[in-house]
Amino acid sequence: MSATPAVARRSLGRLERPALRGVLVREVINFSSFWKSSAFSSTVEPTIYLLAFGFGFGSLVSRVAGYDYVEFVGTGTVATAVLFSSVFSAMFGSFVKYQFQRTYDAILAAPVDTEELVTAEALWIAVRAGVFGCAPLLVAMVFGLDPTPGMLLVPLIGFLTGYGWACFGIFIAAVLNSIDHFSYVTSTVVTPMFLTAGTFFPLSGLPEWAQVLGQFNPLHHCVELVRHAAFGFEGWTDLAHTGALVVFAIVTWRLSIHYMAKKLID
Amino acid sequence: MALALSVRGAVKRYGEITAVDHLDLEVPEGTCVGLLGPNGAGKSTTMKLLTAQAIADEGEIEVLGHTLPRDSKAARAEMGVTPQLDNLDTTLTVEQNLRVFAHLYRIPRAERRDAIERALDMARLGDRRDTRADKLSGGMRRRLLIARSLVHGPRLVLLDEPTVGLDPQVRQELWALIDALRAEGVSILMSTHYIEEAQRLADTVTIMAEGKAVASGRPSALVAQHVGREAVEVYGPPARLAEVEAQARADGFATRRTGTSVSVLGIENANGEAPEGERRPANLEDLFVMLTGEEAE
Repeated sequence: MSATPAVARRSLGRLERPALRGVLVREVINFSSFWKSSAFSSTVEPTIYLLAFGFGFGSLVSRVAGYDYVEFVGTGTVATAVLFSSVFSAMFGSFVKYQFQRTYDAILAAPVDTEELVTAEALWIAVRAGVFGCAPLLVAMVFGLDPTPGMLLVPLIGFLTGYGWACFGIFIAAVLNSIDHFSYVTSTVVTPMFLTAGTFFPLSGLPEWAQVLGQFNPLHHCVELVRHAAFGFEGWTDLAHTGALVVFAIVTWRLSIHYMAKKLID
Repeated sequence: MALALSVRGAVKRYGEITAVDHLDLEVPEGTCVGLLGPNGAGKSTTMKLLTAQAIADEGEIEVLGHTLPRDSKAARAEMGVTPQLDNLDTTLTVEQNLRVFAHLYRIPRAERRDAIERALDMARLGDRRDTRADKLSGGMRRRLLIARSLVHGPRLVLLDEPTVGLDPQVRQELWALIDALRAEGVSILMSTHYIEEAQRLADTVTIMAEGKAVASGRPSALVAQHVGREAVEVYGPPARLAEVEAQARADGFATRRTGTSVSVLGIENANGEAPEGERRPANLEDLFVMLTGEEAE
């Protein structure tokens, strides 16, 4: 019992790669045991929305905002898939891991701090969101959406959006004391944002105040970026959309770390 | 002797409640120290202070030469922690659980396999490496928890109630494991509320009550100092026990109820005043009950 790691004798800093890697390895190994159910729930539901709205409204409305309706919804539901696969995984997963499984206690007994734990958890959820977010796009291609080179950026847009929503979910898990209270957040934050992101109808059809509010909806910026990736980027506008997602990710990242540290460290 | 950890005047408050109250605690290198106390005495909070999962309001804590909480991460890299509550990844196999922690403890890739094998051997779980954690018995899960805390070859191990809730046979298996660890020179701080566990494994004990260390030292010396050498145990109906108790106290002896009997303590100096009963050597349980006012398990 003398194989003390060489790392121990020097002072350890913040956001260290070995600590992030350790938490990520745990997530990846665990994911191997439940990837099927996770992939199913994260991709099938948005795909059902795509098919239902695409064919349902698509039979009534042929073109919206200059796009075929299936193309409009097909690109829009990428954001839905990203949202579903990030915010719910983060909310429920984090809560279960710190409250019921005590996994975070185990990890924090190793040389990992809360900042690294939260960051690595969000990174992994964001990677999954980036991948799962592509599912509706692939389905839309089957129904006539033409592939374009810009679509190669969709996983990155999904990753960035997913990171923000993962951090938001971890923040919610840290501030709420009961898993039953998550329904308040789902009903008052997640569902309204999901419905007013411009996924199923353009925000331009809403009253002006709702259009202004829509600019504060991170999911709207994801929807716009994905559409522009598919049909042509719009320069500064897309830079602003990216900036909004970066700000969302940074704010929720710091909030999630702060509140999770309060929860985990007495 | 150099210290693996030292706590000086540590205080931890939760609102109105003081969970740890000016606690002093030392673990000399290569020794096993038992942190003994009833439920709610502050043992688990003390353990959390040592991993910086709780931050002391007052006092100084040093672990393996690192000052806490500032250098807690470096301290955690060199120590292992076995928690009271089972927090294994239940859907992972035994080996996967160890592999995860081999990564978390930053064991270099070239040494990882050997480290896992060593931990499996120590916990005698080699033949269960591919079994999911949720398919293991309670004793095996506890052995896996200990193995997980040893995978990186720590210099210090914190064992928080390592055998709580286990049947006597499994408890003895774990004692053998902890004893082997001690024989390898690993410093151990073990919290427990089982007297026999502390008596068998600990070189020294610190007894906690209401957040304070009420006694520290070698078990035999503490018993001799606080209880005396001998006790007499008197059996009888409740009225008789009450009478013995009252008389003994009137004669200046300490007593304690032991289920169906009363123990009168320190009777080696009784000069014929001791009640009739079974004489026995005073023990750590007598000391524990005297100092904490709680029945031992």
